[in-house]
Parts: sequence; structure tokens; C-alpha cells
Amino acid sequence: MSRSTIDTVRTDDRSGTSREVLGANALRPDGAAKVKGEFAFSSDMWAQNMLWGGTLRSPHPRARIVSIDVSAAWRIAGVETVVTADDVPGQLTYGLISEDQPVFARGEVRYMGEPIAAVAADHPETCRRALAAIAVEWEVLPALVDPETAIAGGFDPIHPDGNVIRHQRIIRGDTSATGAIVVEGTYELGMQDQAFLGTEAALAVPDHDGGGVEVYIATQWLHEDRKQMAKCLALPEDKVRLVLGGVGGAFGAREDISLQVHTALLALRTGRPVKMQYGREESFFGHVHRHPATIWMRHHATDSGEIVKIEARFVFDGGAYASTSSAVLINGVTHAQGPYRCDNAVVDGWAVRTNNPPCGAMRGFGVVQACFAHEGQMDKIAAAAGLDPVEVRLRNAMRTGDRLITGQVVESVAPVERCIRETAALPMPSPLPDRPDALLMPGGSGLTADRHHIRRGVGWGVSIKNIMYSEGFDDFSTARCVLADGVVTLKFATSEVGQGFVTLAPQIARSVLGVDDVVLDTIDTGVGSAGSTSASRQTWMSGGAVDGACRLVRERLFEHVGRAHGVDPLRLVIEDTDVVDSMGSLRVPVGEASAGLRIDETFEHHHRPTEELDENGQGNCHVAFAFVAHRAVVDVDPELGLVKVVQVATAQDVGRALNPLSVVGQIEGGIAQGLGLAVMEEIIVDNGRVRNPSFTDYLLPTALDAPEVIATLVEEHEPQAPLGAKGVGEPPCISVTPAIVAAIRDAIGRDLARVPVRPQDICF
Amino acid sequence: MPVLIPRSLDVAVEMASSHPDAHILAGGTDLMVEVNFNHRKPETVLALRHVDELRGWTIDAATRTVHIGSAVPFSEMEHGALSEALPALAEAARTVGSPQIRAAGTIGGNLGTCSPAGDSLPVLAAMEATVHLRSTSGERAMPFAEFMTGPKRNARRGDEIITGVSMPIADGWQGYAKVGVRNAMVISVASACLALQSTGPRLALGSVGPVIIRCHDAEALVADRPGAVDAALAAEFGRLAAAASSPIDDHRSTAAYRRHAVSVLAGRLLQRGTARP
Repeated sequence: MSRSTIDTVRTDDRSGTSREVLGANALRPDGAAKVKGEFAFSSDMWAQNMLWGGTLRSPHPRARIVSIDVSAAWRIAGVETVVTADDVPGQLTYGLISEDQPVFARGEVRYMGEPIAAVAADHPETCRRALAAIAVEWEVLPALVDPETAIAGGFDPIHPDGNVIRHQRIIRGDTSATGAIVVEGTYELGMQDQAFLGTEAALAVPDHDGGGVEVYIATQWLHEDRKQMAKCLALPEDKVRLVLGGVGGAFGAREDISLQVHTALLALRTGRPVKMQYGREESFFGHVHRHPATIWMRHHATDSGEIVKIEARFVFDGGAYASTSSAVLINGVTHAQGPYRCDNAVVDGWAVRTNNPPCGAMRGFGVVQACFAHEGQMDKIAAAAGLDPVEVRLRNAMRTGDRLITGQVVESVAPVERCIRETAALPMPSPLPDRPDALLMPGGSGLTADRHHIRRGVGWGVSIKNIMYSEGFDDFSTARCVLADGVVTLKFATSEVGQGFVTLAPQIARSVLGVDDVVLDTIDTGVGSAGSTSASRQTWMSGGAVDGACRLVRERLFEHVGRAHGVDPLRLVIEDTDVVDSMGSLRVPVGEASAGLRIDETFEHHHRPTEELDENGQGNCHVAFAFVAHRAVVDVDPELGLVKVVQVATAQDVGRALNPLSVVGQIEGGIAQGLGLAVMEEIIVDNGRVRNPSFTDYLLPTALDAPEVIATLVEEHEPQAPLGAKGVGEPPCISVTPAIVAAIRDAIGRDLARVPVRPQDICF
Repeated sequence: MPVLIPRSLDVAVEMASSHPDAHILAGGTDLMVEVNFNHRKPETVLALRHVDELRGWTIDAATRTVHIGSAVPFSEMEHGALSEALPALAEAARTVGSPQIRAAGTIGGNLGTCSPAGDSLPVLAAMEATVHLRSTSGERAMPFAEFMTGPKRNARRGDEIITGVSMPIADGWQGYAKVGVRNAMVISVASACLALQSTGPRLALGSVGPVIIRCHDAEALVADRPGAVDAALAAEFGRLAAAASSPIDDHRSTAAYRRHAVSVLAGRLLQRGTARP
């Protein structure tokens, strides 16, 4: 009984052809298989003579390991090996930015769920019994769970690297500036989980000589995994080969490695293929989460609502290990102003270490936290200035050429005003009827409310998001294109995590080379790095790499055709599926022109360099920016504190929609994820312990919770981007959360400063 | 691990008698979760799916009684004659999990697990249902209120099979409401069933105590007051319901919210049930 509808306007195909070129609503090559349950996810992998791996994890947030006795596990029939920190042949720790996380805990555990040992056995049940047989003697230590205590230095370091992962301030302009309007608030966000549906899984197959390993793995970045694995396994990188397994979602949670080293180590030790696969409960402990944060902000504005100065203090709880906390912090503080002009700022930010679960990358990456705070502030400015939420945002809307509080000039297309106006122009939902379908009211199937209990509210959120990696990092991407007999084969290491690069890459090749048949080679480490599938970067970066490789091939094809027909190659162009002389009458189908040829080109796309921030947070640290506006309409049952999000309208700055259907998929999915953070999704951590590691108690939105979505794509081609297109993955989930919370505030007439908003926050 | 699959009630009862420690599988929507979480490791499973005698239900017009076999799934209660005979049970059944869960989960499973959050249980409490059990030594029947003895505890002996539950056909308005933090597929944070039977109003609450709680004070308040209910009376009805509850704080909600929620639900159900169209 799916009553909830997701309606979207503007998915019209603009390619003007039935060919699946750029601009077309090309369908996913794996779509039908996924719908029919035939797609092989990494958890479906199997190998002859395969063993299963299992991981022993800490039951304590913080404890000293007095002793580990694995002898009883070894004695269980079917157990082939047991490994602990003592068996790690190479570097004992790993990490994306700082290598501070142990492969297996040695001496001390720092969070509940930290790996201590792993076993390989003939059956998952044998693994379970073996893990239960490992005797660990613990000395439980007091846990550091309060980020403010970590900042204040009131706790002995829980890690050799200390309790502060990073501190960064931003000082800009006149720090003594004041405004007629001063508003402040403290905003809190709970810990959200990426909750991908395909849990962590890998299959490691050792080389016959034991000198290397091939690993089939669901990940966001094959080459970075390989680098970290090779170090820990003490193998040269070329002896660790990674192949992308079927990925069931990522959202940032596959950026850090989890079971990669464990699986490979077990395979190398036993000389047999080993598969590891986390169940749902283990998955909650097996990957990093979105940082919980507390953000204080004080805005000074003129009496007409123009921002004069922002003061802010950010505290991100990084949990036990650094992961990407330092980059998340920078994203948070550098987006404190939101998509609004602001000349003066004093911002202070901390990412700290605690004995809570480690946090790292998740869709929106620090900007989700900043946006929830700055959008709450914008509504307070609006109220103080007597403006409506749209007007206050229009008055402050950033434009191309404005300077950020980091001093960086926004060179990206910045259609903030247009996003807001186009969102405002989208139709509002019809009012709740006198006799509504009970399933569509707050409380849904629980039949908790009658029509007269419900109040409707409207709220706004607008955001700015950096795309690509920042602070001097060269996150290039590589692609190889081979044209032979009219067929293009593309090779890249770009992780397909559901975002649709396997759809886009052939579209690019068809547009550039005029072919119809495009073969995608295996996604593995047999070609240069593609960088991570994150930061909304693959359409730009790997899209740029595929485009570049295809253009190189096209040049060579034109040279060949030019020679064969006595035409200057510079006059040749591709029209549909033909090579055409733009100044003459020659027209040769690409298939014919490339008959007997094999053109093979590889291209690396690099974005322009960025800089690190100085001690005052000044510097051109980001590559580019994307913008979006959201308007949420909610129905609230104020007495019970229950919410139904009725509609979300959005206009998103996409640069150019290369596959409108795919863009809309990102928009709808991102809105559902942002809705989850707004009203239900939270990992509840009590004194370092996770209380709800299951989908019974970690609640994700269902079809009945999902709103109607109305989307407009704002297309202003981005000159910096190789295809004119900005990444579209993260923006949909950022400002929708504050928009929904603002709508709830509007419905109940009360402030709400924390997400997810719980029933008791509304009714008490 | 042996799985016993009886094909008749007689055989099932014999198997229960010889395997009193067997875990009874009647849909599996609770048992399999516990197995998957490694919280339970059944040595023996007794699966009731093929016991046809447990899969039927009857509505006896003469005695005005509904009997529901323990292996009847929730999906069968959502629509049709059962839903007309017991509208509140239909409303409760529609809140159980997803369509797939409702097709698998059974009323006998709800009784066997006896969680205070069992969605159908407040209806059984309000309707003063009788639980039927059978063993090789014969049949037993007892009121639901005696059957449920604590959180996930009941009066079933290991050698007994829950054969079904019987209760009167609704002869007045009845309704069910459940609060969860999601609009579908959610475990109850608080629930209530109000049945305005000809013999008197009955109110039962779920998820706000170790067992399903009957609210006799609230019932007494409205027992002799036919007709529409004003806001003040509804609020007092709710206040008495909350007073009867004894909820706890856990990761799903707080005791204070649960107490508040049952008071609101009780008041709203009373107004819903007494509203004149």
C-alpha cells in the first residue's frame, strides 16, 4: 500500500536523440539486475575452498587488555587461523589522514566494537564459536565521552596523539563589528549512520606463491584502500590488487577501511580464499558515522536583516580515532556563513577525540552540521527584522565573485538567488483535506491523530557545499579509452557505489566519439587512481578523465581519417555517429572510420590546486561550490510530537544535468536521508555504548515517511568543470534538514535546536 | 538442530510434550530476530506452520464469539469479516511491521513472545480475551490478563501449545492507536485500545508497563456516561490512564513521554469513540 508518492517535474530528456548521450535520461546498466535481485553484491561473492572470517570486538568503550588467550579458539575443529595485533606483518595502524587506528587493538581499546582479533574457519558458525572461545582479560578504564572535557584538557590523553584532533579558527574583517540585530543559538546534531543496505563484505584470494593477494571489495576508493593495506601487510602495492565488488550504498562509510586488512591477512595466513561479511549489528560498529556536533552561533545583522558579522564555535566529536575528522572540521568552519555574504567573522572549531564511536565521512561532510546552525540563525534574523524566511535569504544571497570568510573568492557559478526564487515558485501542496487518509497524517498507520489535531508548517533551508577535496589535496582521476572497430572500451578505478558513474561514463564516450557500443572494463587497481567516490566529485573528476581520454582518442581518429581522406583533421567533427568534415562533404560512420584501428589513450584529470588555511583560517582551500534551496511543508501533531513531512520543493544548482533522471535520483535520495536526520535517525550513545545497533531501533524513513518531492534543476554551466556539470550527490541532503526543522518550528511556534527532533522535544 | 514439523494438532501436542524445551516457531518474526542476534540458540524448533487446525478462525453468531487460531497471520485480520467483527484488532494488525511481516507474524506468536509492545495484545486485554492452550493432558483456557505474567513471560507450560484466542464480537465502537517514531514499521512506544462494549468501556495500554495494563479507574469514570465526551472529560480519562501506566526510560523513548502519550491516546480514542457523526 504505497500511498506516498515521489513526484518530480523536469526529468525531460534533453539529448534530442534516442541515443544515450550526455543530457539523456540514460538507464543504469545494472538497474534491472538490482530490481530483480540478480545483481551480485560483494556479500554474494564465493570462491572454491573458501573460508569465512570473523572479528572479535571490544565490549568496552575503554579498557586495558591485560591478556588475550586464543588457544581455546585454535582447538575448535574447523578453525584455520586466529590473528591478533601480534600477527600484523607491517604497520600496526592505518588511517585516511593520520595513521592512528590499530588494525587490531594492542594494549588498550578505545571504543566499543574496536577489533581485537580475527579468525578464519570453515563456517560462519565456527567463527562465532571461535570468537567466543577467545579469552580476554580486561581492566576497564574510565571513558572520555564528553567533547568539552577533551577540549578543556581535563582528561589524560586516551591516545598518543592526544585528545584534540584539530583546532582551527577563522578571523576575517572587522572582528569588533556589531549590528542592530544580534541573534544567537546553540545547535546540536546527533550521530547519524550512513545505513547503506549492503553491509561491509570482502573476498580475499591469496596468490599461489603467497606473495600477494587479490581482494574483491565494496569500497569508495580502491587505490587508497590498497595503499593502506599494503603498508599493514608489508607488501609492495603491486602485490595487493583490488577489484570492486558490488557496492550496496556508501554515503561516506566506505571511505575508511574496515575489514580490508583483516580479510587479506587471514587469506595470506591460511593460503585460502577468505570471505568476511558484517551483519547489520556489526556494521554499526564496523564503520565511522556522521559527527555529532554542538555549534554555537551569534549573528550580527543590520536592522534590515543584512549579515554584518558571524561568530561561531564548532565542536565535532570525532570519537576514538581521527579518520577524516580534521577535514570534516574544516568543512564545517569554512561553511559557517552558509550561502550568504559576510565580511566579518570570528569562528573557532574543534574536532576532538573521545571514547565514543569513531566518526568520519558522511554525505555532506561537516557542512550538514554547519547548515543546520546557520539556517536556524537566518530564521532568527528574519524574525528580528520582521522579514519572511525567503526575503532574509534573498537579501543576503551570495553571488559569484563574493568573498568567503576564508578570503577565497567564489569563482563558481553561484545562482543562490535563482535557487531560492525557483524553489519559491514551485507549487505548494494542497491543504490537508477535511477527511484525510489517516496513513498520510503524522502517526501514520498508528492512527494517533484526527484532522483537528494537526497543524501545518513551512520552513526553508539554503546551502553551499564545496565539491572535490580541499586544502591542497590533488585528488586526480584517471581513465583509459580504447577505440577499436567502432567499439569503445573504458577502464577506470572509479567506485560505482550507486551514484551512476557506470551510466555516465558511456554517455560521455557516446557524445565525444559518436559510438553506440561502449564496454566498461572491470573496475580495479589495474589503472591509475580515480580518487574517492565522495565529495560530490566523480562526475567532475572521473567524468573529466573519461572525457579527456575520449578526446585524445578522437584526436587520433581524426588524424587517421584526415590522412585517409586528405582532409585537415582540424576540420573534422563528430555528428551523431559520424565523422564529418565541417567545411566539406565528407561523412564517414565512426564504425567504418575506426575499422581495423586500435586507439588507446589514458588521461588524468586534475582540478586546480588549492591551499591550506593559515592560522587565521585564510586561504583558497576549496575547489568549487554547489548550491541548493529547500522548502519543506510538514504536518505536525503538536500534542504527541509526531511529524509527517508532506512535501519538499527544491531547486538545485547542478551546472548542467548530464543525466536528469540520475540527478533526480540523487535529489530524492538525499532528501530522504536529510529527512531521516531531521526527525528520526540517530545512533544513541550512552557513556560510549551504542544502544540501538539494528534497523529495529535505528529508524530509517519508510515510504510512508518520504515526502512528495518537487525538483527544479538550475542549469548554469560551470566553466571550471570539464563537462559544465557540478557534482549533485551531497547538496540534496544538506539544507533539507534545517528546512524540515524550520517547518516544525513554524507549525508549533516554538524553538527547536537539536536534530533529530524527538516527539518529546515537540510536546514538552 | 532438529526442526519438528507436525502436520496435525495432536502430533504437535505430542511433540511439545516430548520436547518441552523446544522453541515454538509461529511466523518467526520474533524468534528469527533473536536467533540472528545470537540471543537465542534453539536446540530444537517446533514449527506450527503446517498445523491446519491452528490456521483458521471462526465467528460464531449464536454465541457472539470470535475464535482465532494461533497460527492466523496478522494480514488476515486487516480486512474482511474478522476486521468487521473486531475493528480494533484490524487497526492493531495494520500497525505490525511491513506487509511481509504481517503475512508471516501470527497472533499466537504475539502471545508466545508476550512483549509489552506486542501490537495485538492491548486489544486482547481490552476484549478480555481467553487464551486456549493444549497439552497431552488436555485443554486449558485462561483470561489474557492471567496468561501474561510479565515482560516476555506468560503462563504457557513447555508442554503446551497455544491453540488460539477467543473473545466477544465488538458490540460497540472500538479503536486502537499506537505511537512510534516513524509512520509505519515501528515498534510501539505507547499504544492503547478502547472498546466501548455494551457491558462497559474497556481501556488497555501497551508498552507502558511490564504487562498490558487495564485502566479500571479510567473505565469507571466513563462507565455511566453515554453520549459525547467533552474535552475536560477526555483529559481526565487520559490522566487516569497515565496514572495506571508504569513506563520506563529506554533507548526508544522516555517514561515521561510514554506516560504523556498514553494519556493523549486514551483521551483521543474516547472522543473518537463517542463522537456523533
